[in-house]
Amino acid sequence: MTKEVSIVDLVKVIRSKNAGPFELTFDIIFKDKETYEKVKKAKVITKELIAKLYHISIEKVLYFVEFDPANAIKATIVRPVDSGSIGETDVYGAQQHAPLLGIKIPYEE
Amino acid sequence: MKEIRVLSPVGMLGYGFPAESFQEGLEKKPHVIAADAGSTDAGPHKLGAGVGIVSKEATKKDLTLMLIAGCENKIPVIIGSAGGSGAEVHLNWTLEIVKEIAKEKNLHFKMALIHAEVEKDYLQKKLAQGKIKPLGPVPELTSKDIEEAIRIVAVMGVHSHIKALEMGAEVIIAGRSNDPAMFAALPIKEGYDPGLALHLGKILECGAMASTPGTTSDCMMAYLREDYFIVEPTNPLRKCIPSTVAAHTLYEKSSPLHIIGPEGVVDVTGCKFEQYSERAVKVSGSKLKKSEIINIKLEGASKAAYRTICIAGVRDPIMIKQIDECERHVRKTVLTYFNDIPPKDYRLIFHIYGKNGVMGELEPQKEVTSHELCLILEVVAKDQELANTICAFARSTLMHYSYKGRIATAGNLAFPYAPSDIPTGAVYKFNIHHLVEVDDPDELFSIEMVEV
Repeated sequence: MTKEVSIVDLVKVIRSKNAGPFELTFDIIFKDKETYEKVKKAKVITKELIAKLYHISIEKVLYFVEFDPANAIKATIVRPVDSGSIGETDVYGAQQHAPLLGIKIPYEE
Repeated sequence: MKEIRVLSPVGMLGYGFPAESFQEGLEKKPHVIAADAGSTDAGPHKLGAGVGIVSKEATKKDLTLMLIAGCENKIPVIIGSAGGSGAEVHLNWTLEIVKEIAKEKNLHFKMALIHAEVEKDYLQKKLAQGKIKPLGPVPELTSKDIEEAIRIVAVMGVHSHIKALEMGAEVIIAGRSNDPAMFAALPIKEGYDPGLALHLGKILECGAMASTPGTTSDCMMAYLREDYFIVEPTNPLRKCIPSTVAAHTLYEKSSPLHIIGPEGVVDVTGCKFEQYSERAVKVSGSKLKKSEIINIKLEGASKAAYRTICIAGVRDPIMIKQIDECERHVRKTVLTYFNDIPPKDYRLIFHIYGKNGVMGELEPQKEVTSHELCLILEVVAKDQELANTICAFARSTLMHYSYKGRIATAGNLAFPYAPSDIPTGAVYKFNIHHLVEVDDPDELFSIEMVEV
């Protein structure tokens, strides 16, 4: 049976952080290999989804990588402003992950 | 069995670490003690203003333990990105602290200072030769950028650290360094696999962050052998598990698959993270692909403006509903009143916590549901006086704006502080974030030996 599961119930870590002053990177690290593989198979978390969640064009999603050794999905976007520059709201970029928490995964029981 | 041991007492010099954990680490007989003292994480201010992010006292406290241990056990102590940004002013700040400690504790050692600040003339020549290119989503470098930069540093790799060790340095205080360099230098010098050594450095540069419970304020030990390394926190209350170490391999990087530095690219695609013992994780498979061309990262900061802020709370529900209208009114009134000042000379920014203060334009939730808001009125302007002037006017305008349906006629804002307006000084920006191609890293980094 397939049901929708909140991503929060499937992960150990969801975080955002600067990757240098000009990029913002998101790490989604799943509970275990099995969960990670199921999520990968569901193909819900994509470059397109990241662009949609952050209201940015897809070109601004610089990297989107599945990293098997860590059971992790990682995406990196262009920072809205460079770190600490005029117009900044989050110098370390550590609180930009909230939109990811709403992701729902169709999940085979 | 061939083995080299590296001790990282703390993720950032001056963050503090438990003396017991450090002692525990020393009992494992490390061959080198190293720590990172800088980052671009806290923004361009440190590099621009020439200040640090930790206090002198905290730096001294951490360094004292490290220097005493280094001298007693005859093992090198390496500090990278000294003083927060690793420019000359930061190096000198750290040097004074080291001298103070040496005097107070009667320590003597041969010290290498590695300079990382870059001469502007040198960079202008490199630019003219077409040897500078953008790093990440930044524009091409111009001659004007170089002129406008207050300070420019180059980010050294293991090359200069190894050279300093070969010159007999017992303590190295290095300017801006690539995060893993301080930890990888001695192992690479001793002939260990550079891919593993750099990966190990990437894990250790944050102290015990790659353990659980993770923290930057505790010690991590690495044991590098022929074709793998082991990491283990020295505090028995923490442990490494494969997921914490693998997760840290991703941390603060654009791509998880590669650790990029002046030495080349460490490919971690085929890495294995395995539980080695109860609290230790074994890592294997990291491979360095050496680059043919040596590209060194440059960081420069320039002055962008001056800032004044005003912090205020709003609790009135009638006003909260119209917060966007209030903002529009203030903007319009400021523009009209100061019609003699060119609008490009200043910028008024509303940070509205409870609405979108944290995420700004990226905030997906558009509706305000909070019963109270925190406003930060921020003004950046070409000089401090103008920033103060605009901020004061914007604040008084908002305080007394008669928005629609207003029944609380005494004032719209709750200020937690008197004075309500806070001038915060110069604002900087990273105006250089580029790579420069060099024939030899020694072009950029000079080593000065000092007898302490």
